[in-house]
This record gives sequence, C-alpha cells and structure tokens, in this order.
Amino acid sequence: MAIFLDEDRAALRDGLDRLLADHGGEAAVRTAMESSAGYDPDLWRRLAEMGIVGLIVDEAHGGSGAGPVELETVMESAGAALLCGPFLASGVVAAALLAALGDDDAAARHLPGMAAGTTIATVALTGDQGLWTPEAVGVRASRAGDGWALDGVASYVLHGQNADVIFVVATGPDGLAAFEVDPRAAGLDVKALPTFDHTLRLARMTFAATPARRLAATVPVWDAVRRAMDLALVALAGEQAGGARRVLDSTTDYARTRVQFGRAIGSFQAIKHMAADLLLETESATSAARHAAARLAQNASDAAAAISLAAFACADAFTAVTAASIQMHGGIAFTWVHPAHLYLRRARADAQMFGTPSVHRERYLQALGALS
Amino acid sequence: MTDQELESEVAAWLAEHWRPDADETGADSMAPRRSAWMAAVVEAGWAAPRWPREWHGAGLDDHQARIVEREFAKARAPGSGQDRSNLWANTLLARGTEALKSRLIAPLLRGEVGMCLLYSEPGAGSDLAGIRTRADANGETYIVNGQKVWTSSAATADYGMLIARTDWDVPKHQGISFFFLPMKQAGVEVRPLRQITGESHFNEVFITDALVPAENLLGALGEGWRVLQTALAYERSVMGEMARGPRSGAAESKTEEPLIALAREAGVLADPVLRQDIARVLAYKQLNALNTARAKADLKQGTSSPIMSLGKLAMSRILHEEARVRTAILGAGSLLEGPAHPRAEDANFLTLNAYFTSIGGGTDQIQRNIIGERVLGLPKEPEVDRDIPFRYVRAG
Repeated sequence: MAIFLDEDRAALRDGLDRLLADHGGEAAVRTAMESSAGYDPDLWRRLAEMGIVGLIVDEAHGGSGAGPVELETVMESAGAALLCGPFLASGVVAAALLAALGDDDAAARHLPGMAAGTTIATVALTGDQGLWTPEAVGVRASRAGDGWALDGVASYVLHGQNADVIFVVATGPDGLAAFEVDPRAAGLDVKALPTFDHTLRLARMTFAATPARRLAATVPVWDAVRRAMDLALVALAGEQAGGARRVLDSTTDYARTRVQFGRAIGSFQAIKHMAADLLLETESATSAARHAAARLAQNASDAAAAISLAAFACADAFTAVTAASIQMHGGIAFTWVHPAHLYLRRARADAQMFGTPSVHRERYLQALGALS
Repeated sequence: MTDQELESEVAAWLAEHWRPDADETGADSMAPRRSAWMAAVVEAGWAAPRWPREWHGAGLDDHQARIVEREFAKARAPGSGQDRSNLWANTLLARGTEALKSRLIAPLLRGEVGMCLLYSEPGAGSDLAGIRTRADANGETYIVNGQKVWTSSAATADYGMLIARTDWDVPKHQGISFFFLPMKQAGVEVRPLRQITGESHFNEVFITDALVPAENLLGALGEGWRVLQTALAYERSVMGEMARGPRSGAAESKTEEPLIALAREAGVLADPVLRQDIARVLAYKQLNALNTARAKADLKQGTSSPIMSLGKLAMSRILHEEARVRTAILGAGSLLEGPAHPRAEDANFLTLNAYFTSIGGGTDQIQRNIIGERVLGLPKEPEVDRDIPFRYVRAG
C-alpha cells in the first residue's frame, strides 16, 4: 500500500473539490441523473486521471494504492457534491472484493482497467430481499462441463446495467463461491431498476444456466465479501458525513438570508435550535466516519464496532439533516428545481445500501459483546 | 533558564518537599500537613507558574509552566497550575483592587478561603442579566439586598462572588457590578435547597442589608457583566463537567457495558426493541467521546473547534436517554425505591438528575442559541429589554 501523509490527503481532497466545483455542480448532477447511464463519462475520465477511480487499487495494478482513510476523505467530498457514477460499485466494492479474494490472474486481468476507469465492474451479491447477508445470496452455481453455470436472481446490483464485468457471489456445491460473468453471456437478463434516488443506478439480474468462470479464492469467500463491505460502509459513511455537512451549510446560509416577519428566519429559535441539533448530528457523523476509516486502516480489533457505529450513525445523521433541511427551507424546498430533495433521496438510498441502520445497530451491540 | 534546567529544578524541589501522605485531605490529622504543603507550593511560585513573582507566580511562559505542571503531575503532587484552574484567584487577579489582591490572592492559592457563586436568582436564570439583587453605595461601603439561588458551598464559604445591580437607570447589562461579598455576617442567611432527587447540593442565599466594602469591588462600578464574562470563561475552561453515574453503589460490571449487563441481569437482553435502544445510547456515548477526541486534535493543530460547544447537548441526550432505557429495561421494577431496590434507585435517580445537565449551567435551549449564533453564524433573536433602562424592564 502507498503511504499517504496528511498533506497528500489534503491535496487529494482539494483537487477533487476543485474538479467537482468545475464539472460536478448541481446542473451537472441533474444532467447525469437524467441520462441513461447515470453519470458523466467525461467527469469519470477526469476522476480516473486524478487517481480517484483507482484509489484503493494496488499500484502494481495501476491504482493509487490508498486505504480506508483516503477513501473516506474522498467520499466526504463526493457526498457533498452528490457525485454520480460507478465509483462505489467498481472502484470500491468490486475492486476490494477482487483484491481480497486473492485470485491473482483475475486481478491482473481486471484491476488495471478498473483503475483506469475503462472497465466498469460490479458485484452481484444479494437477492430480492436485499439483506447483503450470506443467507440472502440468491444465485446458485452448478458444474456445467468444464465450467460453471449460474441460476437465480441477484438484485440491487450497483450500476449493473453499466457493467463490463460482473462478479457474482453464488451458492455452490461446496458453499459460497465467487464467479466472473460476461454481461453479454447467454441466459443472463439485466434489468435496470427504477430508483427513488435518481442519481443511483441499480439493476436486477436473472441467471438461467448462465456460463460463469469461477474465481480462485485464497480466503473463504464471505471473508472477502466482508472486507469489501467494510470498505463500502466506510465509503458510504464518508459520503453521508460529507453530504450532511454540505446540506447543513446551505441550509444555514439560507436561514441567514431568507427574511420573514422583517427578520432573517435563522434568528427564530424554531429554526436556530433545529440547526444546532443538526450540527451535533453532522459532527458526530464526521467523527464516526473518520474513526471507522482509521480503525479499519489499522485492522484494529474494534474495527467492526467502529464500522457498524459509523454505518448507522452516518445514515441516521444524513437522513435527519436532509429531512430537516426541507422543513427549514419551507416551500422553496418542496419544488423540484431546488436541490434539497436530491440530497434527501441520496440519504434515503445510502441508508439502505449494505444493511439498514437497525441491522448495523444490532451488529454494533454484538461487537460490544452483547450476544443475545 | 532552559527547559531542561527548569525540569530538573522542579523535580529536585518536589523530591525535597513532596510527601505523598500530605494529600490525604480526608483525615483531619493530615490537614495541617496539607496546608503546610500548599504554603510551600505558593511560596516557591509553583502554584501559579505563569503569574508574575509579585503575585506568587514564577513568571514563566505557557510552555515552561506546562513543564512545571507536568512534573507535579508525575509526582501526583497537587497545587500547581492554579493560574489555569483556580477560578477565584484568576478572577481576582484579573479584575480586583490592589488591596483585595494583597489580602486574598495568597490565601486563595493556598486553598484557605472558602468561596461560592452568587449569580442566579429566582427571577434571573437563563436571563442572568436580569438580576434584581441590589447594592447601594453608602460611603466606602455597599449595602446589599436580594436573593440568590443554586449556590453550592454557601454555608462554609468566606466570600461569595456576587453580581448585583448598582444602577437601575441604564440598560440591564450596564448597571451590574461584581463584588467579593463576605459571607460570614448577619445579613447573609443560607438555606439548603432540596432538589428533585431528594439531595441538597445547593442553597438559597437571602441577603438583607449585608455590607461589602468598596475595595471588594472587581472591575469598575457598572462593569460587572464584563467581569462576570471573565469569571465564566475561567469556569468553563476548568469545568469539563463530569456527569455523575448511578449513586446506589450497586455493583456494576467492569468487563461489560453496564447497560448490557443490566439487560442481561434483567433477562431482557434478547428483546430486539431494547437492543436497539441500548445500541443507540452506547453509540451516543461513543460518538461524544469521538467528537471530544477530534476537537482536542483540532485544537492541537491550532484550528479552533466548534465541536466543544456541542458536548453539553450531547451529554444531556446521553443522560436522559440512558435513564429512559434503564427504566425500560427494569419495567415495573422501576416503580420501587429504597436500598432493597438499587437498580430502580439508579434508574430513577438518573432520570431526575439528568436535568442537572440539561438545565444547569445554562439550559440546553440557551446552549442551542449559543451554537446557532456563535458557531453557525445565525442572527440573534431581537431582545426587547436590551436597550431600555432596567427600571422599566418587565418582571414576573
């Protein structure tokens, strides 16, 4: 792994903030979310050039070799700007899974393209229940001649409709296994799902005797999945903390300038007290996200607790801040042209991905030793 | 003097003077040893190392003063660093008359003078500048009348830091003066105040024609509000208010979170609703700890941290929620009280005592105003009484 100093992280963040200010403003977000792919290929290319797309990919495979701390930093900026694109799908979940599985051949074939942004990968992991647990895997694998065939359903697949390669977790004769599937393979049906968060792209995949290539795993497959989920949750936590802060900032800006009854509405305690409570939520989310990233980077024994804590604290904070923001703005934020609902939609989406806040609270309690 | 030389000097001084049993303040037989120790610390200039020698300091800069404090901490010797921690001496040094400083600075540093705060009144809680206790000049003396409340240690105090109104014809913040009021006089009556928990940590203080000499005035006449801000700043910097835990003394698990242990003991740890509640409370605690750690790291890097001001709100929520969840875990058991029911005692005490934090030291609502205005930059609420003579301000 590459070594990042504080100033490297600051430079990374500043560079990304500038790029997003120039090419990822609200108008760009709306254009991207209304496009069928759901992202701006030009911005994606620039992100790849900056080393963001390949942020956590090993340098040996053309990536930046960064870890959870840099990932969290980047995602705070991405969340603030409502960045649209397959970074979480390809650059985080798929890249982390591929690295964690230990299939060197597959890593060498895919990671360089993924780091360069020219290959978009995704992971098909959970069935229609959307639980992201081993029991909820909805695809079965069986031998077919020299190779393998997959049957079943995987849903809530991030950017599944845009993927150049799909990594599928399926239940085989000897337990969970990971497979590589070509999106054009026979017997594979990929349907884009209509999403409440228009900046999100999800797909449902139906497998019917779909040919697949088994990945050689050097670790139990669910261990590798968990590693990918840990990074994904840290990334989401950063996105949520960054999003919450941007929304709180813009809401307090509005409260300082919007005048009713002859005074700025932010002078009313009804508004001011909501803002103070939201600041506590936002700062707590920031602390939780950064702490989780740091503990994961150190592979600390309490990393699981820190990640679960960040998962629900950041989800709840982002949801609370974006919901209150609409109320504090009043009628203007009930309009489609105002960005407040875009953030609320993102917050509601983030809060469901990879487990609900309740699930993470339960995991947090278990990590603290309270097995029921 | 180099840092190294200073460190050796303090270490040598401690080796010569410090005996660990001098700090056994609990036993009466040790009290003389404690006071001899404090006198030696003050004499040597270590009590307030940043202060000038004229006022019993050592004239050191902050960096070297911290070296002194560190050596004291290493030896577990008390008494140093009072230029940061001694509210009374700091306030007096900053704003007192030469006469009063000469009389009280050294005894305050030695811990010989009992002190209390005479700020809040029944009619001036959140709106502290609305005080109606009056101090009327009579030659070189002021005559004080009024009532103060929420005063701890009032019965044993020698002096109270008093804010009183000396001018009723100017707006409320401008007519206040700040005194060291002698407490041991006929015009000062102290009555314990019974709290909702049944305890009495505070007093009401009734002041009737009590006298305070003019030399006990801090700051100029009518500048009391500004002196108070100085005193409050010292108070906040040392408070780091510790929330109190359960008082029953019932054994709490050392190896497991007490809330988890309580639910296990009550046989409800499998209840999914309670599990969510417990996780929420433990998360609030951990998030507050993480916020505090981040704030401290920010301060070290020289950037100011707005996070500190959130600690009070966070702590209020933790205490109220923990009490609520403890009650939920106990169910009907929380109906009971008394020594035979220590778990119920804890839950019920914590339920009531949580208000100590959410009301005391400024209510959470006032704290939200402060956060909104000073951290988030939202405009102040208009104050209808701010610019009119206090005499015409509505009371009730």
